Amino acid sequence: MSLIVENVSKSFATKRQQIHTLDNVSAEFKQGEFVCILGPSGCGKSTLLNIIAGLEAPSGGRVVLNGKEVKGAGPDRVVMFQEAALFPWLKVIDNVEFGMKIAGIPPAERREKALKYLKMVHLTRFQDAYIHELSGGMRQRVALARALTLDSEVLLMDEPFAALDSQTKSILQLELQHIWWETKKTIIFVTHNVEEAVLLADRVVVMSANPGRIKKEFPIQLARPRQPENVDLTYLVAGIMKELKEEVEKVAKAEFDNNWRLQKNIILPSIDSDLGSGL
Amino acid sequence: MIAIWEAVYRLGVDILGLWKPYLFPSPLSVVKTLAELVRDQTLAIALIASAKRIVVGYLVSIMTGIIIGLTIVRFKWLDENVSALILGLQTLPSICWLPFAILWYGLNESAIIFVIAVGSTFAIAIAIESGIKNVNPLFVRAAKTMGASGFKVYWNVIIPASLPNLITGLKQGWSFAWRALMAGEMMSATKGLGQVLMVGRDLADISQVTAVMIVIVLLGVSVDKLIFGRIELDIRQKWGLDRS
Ligand SMILES: Nc1ncnc2c1ncn2[C@@H]1O[C@H](COP(=O)(O)OP(=O)(O)OP(=O)(O)O)[C@@H](O)[C@H]1O
Ligand SMILES: [Mg+2]
Repeated sequence: MSLIVENVSKSFATKRQQIHTLDNVSAEFKQGEFVCILGPSGCGKSTLLNIIAGLEAPSGGRVVLNGKEVKGAGPDRVVMFQEAALFPWLKVIDNVEFGMKIAGIPPAERREKALKYLKMVHLTRFQDAYIHELSGGMRQRVALARALTLDSEVLLMDEPFAALDSQTKSILQLELQHIWWETKKTIIFVTHNVEEAVLLADRVVVMSANPGRIKKEFPIQLARPRQPENVDLTYLVAGIMKELKEEVEKVAKAEFDNNWRLQKNIILPSIDSDLGSGL
Repeated sequence: MIAIWEAVYRLGVDILGLWKPYLFPSPLSVVKTLAELVRDQTLAIALIASAKRIVVGYLVSIMTGIIIGLTIVRFKWLDENVSALILGLQTLPSICWLPFAILWYGLNESAIIFVIAVGSTFAIAIAIESGIKNVNPLFVRAAKTMGASGFKVYWNVIIPASLPNLITGLKQGWSFAWRALMAGEMMSATKGLGQVLMVGRDLADISQVTAVMIVIVLLGVSVDKLIFGRIELDIRQKWGLDRS
């Protein structure tokens, strides 16, 4: 497996303006690698992931998987979203089987495989439940099982644990480490959370915003399984945090500047009574 | 309720003499008339005629509704113009189409079926359009990354995802169709429930009018509750929409 992102740019034209979201992003992902992408909100992490997934087309550059340029979405690059994106009209087991059904795998075979992966995420007991009967953490587990059934070499994850409480999140992080270890998949994992990135990744990619670029890469060569309390881990987190903070501040400052200019242009009827009303 | 009815009848007709007996039905005579209508098979014949019409009309409206709905979804430029037109047409009571229908088809079955179909087509088309439009785009994206495309997305995601809306539309369409059927039969039919109702009027037989009205209400309610209500409830439970 080889996955290469080559000089990818992306701009969106909205009614009001042209947004230059990604600027010349290049990256290479090795077989079985776990890469986390970090960056301030709005820097284009999801956009990059969607381009790799083929859900969006780049404005420039290309994504090459195993020597072939990516055109459109496909089951060789399964995506796990922040919301589970499970289908409420199907039972858990049928949700897990969905991708295999699309692929035309015979029912008996796909049932067996679905159960195998449901077992991996510890949810066999809920196979006949409907989605609304599950908790948020359980839903993400089902989504993970569903993603795993397709045997894609690449798994793209866009802040999959962001909406979960911290206990559930750490359990799932642990499980994901095991699953990654067992399945040897290449995982590209977008997150806001530096600890999470360092805990999971072989390599952390920090992006800068406006326009989105790759700013710096950190190889994480810590032994696995990793514990969040580990001293080396904390040390690395501090270093990456520093890098990220710069970016976050840059974004905040840009936003502040805009506000400030905006305010100066507003003609206030009474200066003292309306101060800050536009915030 | 029947006791109250009987009491009102006694009070109004027998004691106070407010109404003449042929203006206000008594429960007893209504039941008698109903039994008579069942016995001489008037009701059965009427029911079969009405059922045939509504089944054909409703099926036609489902088909045209689906075609119109899908066409609007497919061609975005149609959407803005045609949707408004359809919403407008839907506010027109379908019996208003009867003159049209009679000019086109003459005074026959096709005219009534046309009126029924027109009555529910637009409701169904609108439900299909809004159902498909409101499908969570995340479902479609997820399906695409799992390898679904084109027809498979429609069949496996968009149709099931828009089912709750669709059923509501079908149910609404049914009630429009039912009303259109009665109106159409009263105006122009030689058979059917609506026509029996009109015969009651012509004979000044208030009991027959009431008896048929009761049958119409019962039928409408039971189809609504037993068929559409069940399906709707089933879907809402599956989706977890009833948890508040
Ligand atoms: N479909 C779109 N149309 C217009 N602009 C878009 C679109 N998608 C993304 N953008 C813009 O691109 C930028 C990056 O968005 P993106 O969702 O990739 O950020 P992100 O890094 O994932 O942020 P977050 O961490 O908050 O999820 C944003 O400024 C957003 O406004
Ligand atoms: Mg994002």
